[in-house]
Amino acid sequence: MKFTLSWLKDHLDTDASLDEIVEKLTMIGLEVESVDDKAVLKPFVIAKVLSAEQHPDADRLRVLSVDTGTGDPVQVVCGAPNARAGLIGAFAAPGTYVPGIDVTLSIGKIRGVESHGMMCSERELELSDEHNGIIELPEDAPVGVSYATWAKLDDAVIEINLTPNRPDATSVHGIARDLAAAGLGTLKNDAVAPVKGEGACPIKVTIEAPDLCPGFAVRLVKGVKNGPSPKWMQQRLIAIGLRPINALVDITNYLTFDRGRPLHVYDAKKVVGDIVVRRAHDGETLVALDGRTYTLNSQMCTIADAEGADSIAGVMGGEHTGSDEDTTDVLIESALWEPLNVARTGRALGIITDARYRFERGVDPEFMVPGLDLATQMVLDLCGGTPGEAQVVGYAGHQPKVVTFPFAEVKRLTGIEVSADESRAILTRLGFTPKGDGEVIEVTVPSWRPDVDGKADIVEEVMRIHGVDNIAPQPLTSHDAVNGRILTQLQIRTRNARRALAVRGMMEAVTWSFIPAKHAELFGGGATALKLSNPIAADMSDMRPSLLPGLISAAQRNADRGFADVALFEVSGTYEGDTPDKQRRVAGGVRRGTAKLDGQGRHWAGNAASVNVYDVKADALAALEAAGAPVERLQIEAGGPAWYHPGRSGTIKLGPKVVLGTFGEFHPKTLEALDVSGPLCGFEVFIDAIPEAKAKPTRTKPKLELSPFQAVRRDFAFVVDKAVEVASLTRAAGSVDKKLITDVRVFDIFEGASVGADKKSVAIEVAIQPLERTLTDEDFETLARKIVDNVAKQTGGVLRG
Amino acid sequence: MSEQNAQLAALEATLLSDIAAAGDEAAIEAVRVAALGKKGSISEKLKTLGAMSAEERQVMGPAINGLRDRVGTALAARKSDLRDAAIEARLVSEKLDVTLPVRQSPAERGRIHPISQVIDEITAIFGDLGFAIAEGPDVETDHYNFTALNFPEGHPAREMHDTFFFEPNEAGERKLLRTHTSPVQIRTMEAQQPPIRIVIPGKTYRQDSDATHSPMFHQVEGLVIDKSANVANMKWVLEEFCKAFFEVDSVKMRFRPSFFPFTEPSMEVDIQCDRSRPGEVRFGEGNDWLEILGCGMVHPNVLRHGGLDPEIYQGFAWGMGIDRIAMLKYGMPDLRAFFDADVRWLQHYGFRPLDLPTLFGGLSQ
Repeated sequence: MKFTLSWLKDHLDTDASLDEIVEKLTMIGLEVESVDDKAVLKPFVIAKVLSAEQHPDADRLRVLSVDTGTGDPVQVVCGAPNARAGLIGAFAAPGTYVPGIDVTLSIGKIRGVESHGMMCSERELELSDEHNGIIELPEDAPVGVSYATWAKLDDAVIEINLTPNRPDATSVHGIARDLAAAGLGTLKNDAVAPVKGEGACPIKVTIEAPDLCPGFAVRLVKGVKNGPSPKWMQQRLIAIGLRPINALVDITNYLTFDRGRPLHVYDAKKVVGDIVVRRAHDGETLVALDGRTYTLNSQMCTIADAEGADSIAGVMGGEHTGSDEDTTDVLIESALWEPLNVARTGRALGIITDARYRFERGVDPEFMVPGLDLATQMVLDLCGGTPGEAQVVGYAGHQPKVVTFPFAEVKRLTGIEVSADESRAILTRLGFTPKGDGEVIEVTVPSWRPDVDGKADIVEEVMRIHGVDNIAPQPLTSHDAVNGRILTQLQIRTRNARRALAVRGMMEAVTWSFIPAKHAELFGGGATALKLSNPIAADMSDMRPSLLPGLISAAQRNADRGFADVALFEVSGTYEGDTPDKQRRVAGGVRRGTAKLDGQGRHWAGNAASVNVYDVKADALAALEAAGAPVERLQIEAGGPAWYHPGRSGTIKLGPKVVLGTFGEFHPKTLEALDVSGPLCGFEVFIDAIPEAKAKPTRTKPKLELSPFQAVRRDFAFVVDKAVEVASLTRAAGSVDKKLITDVRVFDIFEGASVGADKKSVAIEVAIQPLERTLTDEDFETLARKIVDNVAKQTGGVLRG
Repeated sequence: MSEQNAQLAALEATLLSDIAAAGDEAAIEAVRVAALGKKGSISEKLKTLGAMSAEERQVMGPAINGLRDRVGTALAARKSDLRDAAIEARLVSEKLDVTLPVRQSPAERGRIHPISQVIDEITAIFGDLGFAIAEGPDVETDHYNFTALNFPEGHPAREMHDTFFFEPNEAGERKLLRTHTSPVQIRTMEAQQPPIRIVIPGKTYRQDSDATHSPMFHQVEGLVIDKSANVANMKWVLEEFCKAFFEVDSVKMRFRPSFFPFTEPSMEVDIQCDRSRPGEVRFGEGNDWLEILGCGMVHPNVLRHGGLDPEIYQGFAWGMGIDRIAMLKYGMPDLRAFFDADVRWLQHYGFRPLDLPTLFGGLSQ
């Protein structure tokens, strides 16, 4: 919403400065977005050309002697065709910034002749596109005076960023009312004098869609003379960014801003037959005032004559019945439209107009008829003519809302004391009608405030006018106890997994929740319910089923920038369905190139090798452990989802059913489909699948039993079939005496001719902790035999000779 | 007698010279055996004492024993010197170039994304004020995202949200991506009785993309509901938060009346700052105002939708952009870079994994 300072002062009697007004607007909820105080125009002064001589060296230039009102005439070189002796125009002295050419003038020589300034065109001052010559002012224009001030071009333009709840502030009058309520002056022009017309309107109006049109008023004015609107009106319209068209149209635009009352003017002679307000026919077309053809449907409301739609109700008028310079009989329309329907129609047709802006917020129903009177009066004043009687159809009158308002509500919600008298005065100044004398009053809401419904709205009115700044902060009462429940278990687990992965040298990425459909499908997603119907880009269309495609793409982007060795992770949501329980909490990561735990790339102490499945297995287990999974009970199964290398991937399970994670090198086809290169490994662990930790009655740790007997280690090497999983071998060794054996460590894997084809040698170190006595050689013999026997039984392995 | 003394003196001179000449521990041992071994030269002399007269022994005994002690001392000293020299030589040979670079520890190399770090900072501050952290789903229903939050059907306020919608599911229902974290207000009210003090960080989505808007961004929402929480309390909470978060002793904040469908009265809040230095915003000083959050008293209709009686319960809510306050505090210029995973950016703007924001250890280093 834009307006000028002088326009505001038409409605507000005030001594307040521009700065005070701007500050107050913002503080009462009409946030000022920008102020153009036109200071840039101030240096241009009215000057008179005393003489104009031909430039000695250029056919098209003249050398002027200009009286700028400061004493001696100055010499100016000028190329304008209308530059001549006696002309009065706008002069810019050296040092002046000229906005239209974006130049700060200096004394210059043009073809050898010094020029001490410039006579300007309208375009150079950014007043219009006019550039055929320099500005010509009337003979009585006072030389030496600021041109902008004299021509009233220094009217500051204020733009407010209007919240959608305030239709009343889509008008200069409404803004003035708010400022007056806030103590910045007195509201003017509140009453509108009715216009007396003669003769019933010959064009009859019928409303066939009363649900979309709660009221319609028209008046015919005959014998008008349309033409350009007066300069003052044009200046205001230009100042707020509108293009003056002709007096009739300009009046409707002017009142749209002046009173928040959109209007339409038909050339009555172009209207065929009577007018019907009805739903449009499906497929009905209309060429609107913007010259474009719109196809309407039965959801939309139109004003039609015998030949079809004339106007899109509340949004835009039609071209063929519009008013132009030749219009002599004008039909002025002031109507009410159902806001939601206007919003829907405007959205569907992609039309944004000042009328739609107001109708979809809700215009003042009680101003429908006064608005018509005001418009009629302006038409009579500016274009002459004879008014007919107003024809008002369908308007049932306004039922004002009444809110029961306890004064104490202000204190209850805001914490400040505002006296009943002040509350009452504020409401009255805003146009509310408070009734009653007690602690609780009845407040009638004015017709221009459809946003005010209940007590809280009334509190807001009192608070914003009284001043939010007057509310002193008050501490929130502190809890009586230490805050012991800040994060949920899932939140703590998420946070711990994140820190644990970063500690492993990985960098946390935040990638898009939506990914290309192809990527989603590749990782088990792509369901219709998780496809956006209006994605911002084609490759951001599907909710991700996995963190991996985003991370893989991110790793590749880094590689393309020359950073091939990256370790990235993310702890966030993935989506298996469109219900809350189908949003998973996942920690995932990728390692590319040589980005291993100990470092990446070449190093004098040993170059890093390519990342492999064991790197990401370690990441996955670390994340799970940090997130509180019972690591000692986890099982690793060979193989994982299809996007991994089938022989170099694994699944981490807790029991037969609960999958806590997957890890592996990627399938070459995955890399190909994502158009990325490796070496590349990744993992995902499902934090939300980790069982809830059991509530413990105590945090006491189990008693520490330290054996006084020396711990010993024994090495074994077994030859087993290559296919045997080493985990089954270590489990077989460790399980023969769970008390004595504290650890089984694999320290060598060897494959080669010496152990036989399809065989491998697995060397393990068994840690033994005697508990009751020092073990004898026989004890060790017995234990070793048990280990060898059980390994043989479980895996077919034989002790390597 | 003097002849014997002369012999002893000659022996001593020879032995001391041999000791001095011994180049290693083996040579020293050879000298020791030659002098003090069973058949060593001094041992032999000691054996002669038994055959001497008492007077003679009285003279020669101390002389020979003295010789033995002096040679023993010389041997020990020489041995010690030689060991020191050997260690010295080994140390010299073992010298390494300690200027060679070592591998950086993974914990120094890893990075926490600024969004996660700032959420932890927010958690630390609001945890201290008695709040809990709440979360909710990204894929929401129209009810939780709009209707329950008092957005009337078709209202222009809905349009301002540039919502991402999904294709209708099997049930014909059209889900959406939440445009704000506010649906969690309703979900919390449904699940929990007042008093409620929660902050809600999370991902939010709007169809918007430029240097300061991203189709995915992060918000943090706050909600306080009890029987007395009011605008004055809200101002206090937000001022305390801004002071703590921006780590300044004081901030000036400007509360402006505004409009949000889910609060009434509603306000937007500007924070005083100094933006005169390029690429840097300083809080607690300066003449500029910067919009930082929106807030207000929870609308009675929202309380009703959450199953609470607005005549009994009241409260306030606020929301702000996590990405935005991260950018303001740490000076990242472009929001889009947050989601690009450029390791150079993460390395520069990210946080070390062990920099845990706490009130006792400092929010930031």
